[in-house]
Amino acid sequence: MYDFAYEKPGSLADAVKVLSADPDAKALAGGQTFIPVLKQRLNRPSTVVDLAKLGLTGITVSGDTVTIGAMTTHATIAANPDIKSKIPGLQHQASLIGDEAVRHRGTIGGSLANNDPAACYPSAVLALGGTIKTDRRSIPAEEFFQGMFTTALEPGEIITSVELPIPQKSAYEKFRNPASRYAIVGVFVAKFPSGVRLAITGAGQGGVFRHAEFEKALSANFAPEAIAGIATPADGLNGDIHASPEYRAHLIGVVSKRAVAKAA
Amino acid sequence: MGFEGIGASVRRKEDVRFLSGKGNYTDDINRPGQLHAYIRRADRPHARIDAIDTAAAAKAPGVVRVFTGADIAAENIGGIPCGWQIHNKDGSPMAEPMHPVLAVGKVRHVGDPVAVVIADSRQAAKNAAELIEIDYTDLPAVANLTDAVAPGAPEVHDGVKGNLCYDWVIGDKAVVDGVFANAHRVVKLELTNNRLIPNAMEPRAAIGDFDTSSGDYTLYTTSQNPHVIRLLMGAFVLHIPENKLRVVAPDVGGGFGSKIYHYAEEAIVTWAAGRVRRPVKWTAERSESFMSDAHGRDHVSTAEMAIDKDGVFLGLRITTLANMGAYLSTFAPAVPTYLYATLLAGVYKTPVIYCNVKAVFTNTVPVDAYRGAGRPEATYLLERLVDAIAYDTAIDKIELRRRNFIPADAFPYQTPVALQYDSGDYQTTLKVALQNAGWESFEGRRAEAKRRGKLRGIGISTYLEACGIAPSAVVGSLGARAGLYEVANIRVHPTGSVTVFTGTHSHGQGHETTLAQLVVDQLGVPLDQVEVVHGDTAKIPFGMGTYGSRSLAVGGSAMVKAMDKIIAKGKKIAAHLLEASVQDIEFKDNTFTVAGTDRSKTLTDVSLAAYVPHNYPIEELEPGLDETAFYDPKNFTFPGGCHIAEVEIDPETGVVDMVNFTAVDDVGRVVNPMIVEGQVQGGVAQGIGQALFESAIYDPEGQLLSGSFMDYTMPRANDIPPLSVATENTMCTHNPLGSKGCGEVGAIGSPPAVINAVVDALKDYGVRHLEMPATAAKIWSIIQSAQPRLAAE
Repeated sequence: MYDFAYEKPGSLADAVKVLSADPDAKALAGGQTFIPVLKQRLNRPSTVVDLAKLGLTGITVSGDTVTIGAMTTHATIAANPDIKSKIPGLQHQASLIGDEAVRHRGTIGGSLANNDPAACYPSAVLALGGTIKTDRRSIPAEEFFQGMFTTALEPGEIITSVELPIPQKSAYEKFRNPASRYAIVGVFVAKFPSGVRLAITGAGQGGVFRHAEFEKALSANFAPEAIAGIATPADGLNGDIHASPEYRAHLIGVVSKRAVAKAA
Repeated sequence: MGFEGIGASVRRKEDVRFLSGKGNYTDDINRPGQLHAYIRRADRPHARIDAIDTAAAAKAPGVVRVFTGADIAAENIGGIPCGWQIHNKDGSPMAEPMHPVLAVGKVRHVGDPVAVVIADSRQAAKNAAELIEIDYTDLPAVANLTDAVAPGAPEVHDGVKGNLCYDWVIGDKAVVDGVFANAHRVVKLELTNNRLIPNAMEPRAAIGDFDTSSGDYTLYTTSQNPHVIRLLMGAFVLHIPENKLRVVAPDVGGGFGSKIYHYAEEAIVTWAAGRVRRPVKWTAERSESFMSDAHGRDHVSTAEMAIDKDGVFLGLRITTLANMGAYLSTFAPAVPTYLYATLLAGVYKTPVIYCNVKAVFTNTVPVDAYRGAGRPEATYLLERLVDAIAYDTAIDKIELRRRNFIPADAFPYQTPVALQYDSGDYQTTLKVALQNAGWESFEGRRAEAKRRGKLRGIGISTYLEACGIAPSAVVGSLGARAGLYEVANIRVHPTGSVTVFTGTHSHGQGHETTLAQLVVDQLGVPLDQVEVVHGDTAKIPFGMGTYGSRSLAVGGSAMVKAMDKIIAKGKKIAAHLLEASVQDIEFKDNTFTVAGTDRSKTLTDVSLAAYVPHNYPIEELEPGLDETAFYDPKNFTFPGGCHIAEVEIDPETGVVDMVNFTAVDDVGRVVNPMIVEGQVQGGVAQGIGQALFESAIYDPEGQLLSGSFMDYTMPRANDIPPLSVATENTMCTHNPLGSKGCGEVGAIGSPPAVINAVVDALKDYGVRHLEMPATAAKIWSIIQSAQPRLAAE
């Protein structure tokens, strides 16, 4: 990696100040994407601002909402009994990310801010209709994810937590890239009294997206058969050496059915 | 202390060091005043270098020197040599274009070294390397075999027409064509052997050291054969005589062939150390490994078998295109010829065989031997072809194999492709494997899987390989530019402990244990009093190193010969001490005894006398007990056996789940059964990797798409089922141990077994063949495009 300055502020305000003052400063959460990027010299920050001392960890349940601090690790989420009972799909999802070492360093806030089109969490946050809380505002998931590696975050804006409504049922199913183990297709399905929401990661050129036809059918009948006949067009889906857009389109159906079967 | 000799599964002596993080690998070594090298590599597959401006890099902080190809070309430095010369079918030698240490004039593959920065830290060297300005004019490139041999294809090397390195044949085409013309039937299969990237756990590294007082050079390097590196680099590249050049290969973390070869980086750090008069270290980053370690496999073949009405093989006819990459790596030309085509008889008594191999240059990383080297390619081709014959003729695939096996009483067996097999029993390994795999009850498992919505398939491979390379005169006549004997020095110390200096090299195989067990067996010295030393040209008399499953069969045999000399000399000393005739001295269990008496001397008594020769036959015998032997094998060894794979395919996604794997191998005498089992397990895991996961993918323009672990699929532990590994051994008849070799059998026998199982699982979809790797995406598209034959039923 290139040389950079390193700062580890003790307050959110200080962190925001450093990041806002210098457009080339970058925030470091768990570093499980960012540090490999630095090592490959694909990014050249002036200052790396470590968010570890901002007190942004922890999981709380109040009423119909689970709130997860941005610096909470995947391992913590995967091991949390409240998450397991309230949003089992999220618990399972966190347990599938990376490997043991990655799960003990990587954070939900870091993953959401990065918005890798093959990352797992965006599908949960979008399917659950979550809200991303930052140092300055609340951003609904629908507005937060704006395409591959692109979010609604402004320069210097720091995610502090994510609020997730508790669904009646939830599940996540992931079809892994055989090499990287990221999602080729990851489907998070959440059933609420108001209807079913289903979000897909890994497949779309524009990152995570909801599947309106599936949601409509599943809202009427929350069973795998409900979506069995619905084909997903390959237009707009990713293609690479591991999976063509057509294969991903097919997998969206298969993986969604499996997610619904698991949740139902 | 329990039984520790030949046949004991003693724990590996080296594992305490490795598992506690105390291994001493090349990158762990730091020399006083050491500098660091970073190599600026080509980022494009084929280009003319118009200009290189190193001025900014040379002025960057911490930089000591910057060297380019022009600096090297200005000195008396040769190209990277090739160790094997193949001749074309017209008798002319292969095309052997210059392989410069640093690119001169052109770059020919992504990763080709262009310049090197020597600086006081890795970071400083890498920073400065980015400041080197290279003006390129891009040239058209070819990455794959069919493009490279197409008319009008761009030339990788000026003047190498059609990118053809050689056009080689074995067998009599007219005779074979005649057999085909009159055959009952001809079964044809076109197949690709996928290109692999070795990915040893330890990336390559090298440290050049120059002693300013003596003028001696030392190279520490991640090598499977330090003496070979000394020979190749000293004699052909840097022109440093052996007495001034020491090569040390300390602990090495995996090689699989990729660390046999002499690489440019070794010459760069050694030469640069002399120029800057300080030690220079280079350690590959993982991404450099992907684009600079020699790749493996990469064949495209057409195979045809002529058969009679009973499926008896009458003749085999093959054409193969083999990718050499951009330059000839050390053993590359031998792999698709003498390590491949000579294996095409396999375990079958096919009477006539013709094979034509065209080796082709492309704008890709050089390709060379990778675990199995030629033999996996031959085995895959043959065992897929046999299954295709069974498919086309509806003859049972087991029965078809049995009908064509070389019978157990036919040895020594002369094949039509040069080799003479010494021993084997293919019916027995087949029989035991079928039992161990539960072949007869498979249809029940298939039906049960079908009820769960899964497609279950079973596949078999009955294979043979040649290893223990090799009789020097034979390989010399075939174009090898080196001998392939092995060397052992056995030093019995004054108090009876033993140090073995072996020319073989362990980079995971467990030689410190296995070779010590030979000493336990032959000299009766306890295991903890035996030390095995390897990997240092200053310590070991000579050696050709470890590859081709040769260490025990060849290196172990050299040890036996050296220990025979120890015993012969010991008998003379004992005879003197015991005042007996040397003919009456027997040696057994560490003790010299006068036959028929209880008068004896231990090996320690004798060794002490040898080193403190007060009462010693000094007129007839030199003091000391230290013997060296060179062993040149009489033949190759021929391990073989039967591998059976069982898979389940999810028809909705195409995902293949390996559910069972059974190996029954004939590896000759087994010294340490636990280590043999581990070697077979590792080889099978690599074979499953090739069959289901791994593939080096270049785009047509020569960019490596699978250039990191994000895109190159290494098998994980949970991809490998519990492996049933057993041996059914016949002894090698021509070496003193009877051992054949076990390092490569797993990687050779398993890929066709896995693909045969996948094809079997897809039989209702009319699938006759599919190419490796059998990825989920590939199988899904096959299922999509095929109508199940039984759909209407």
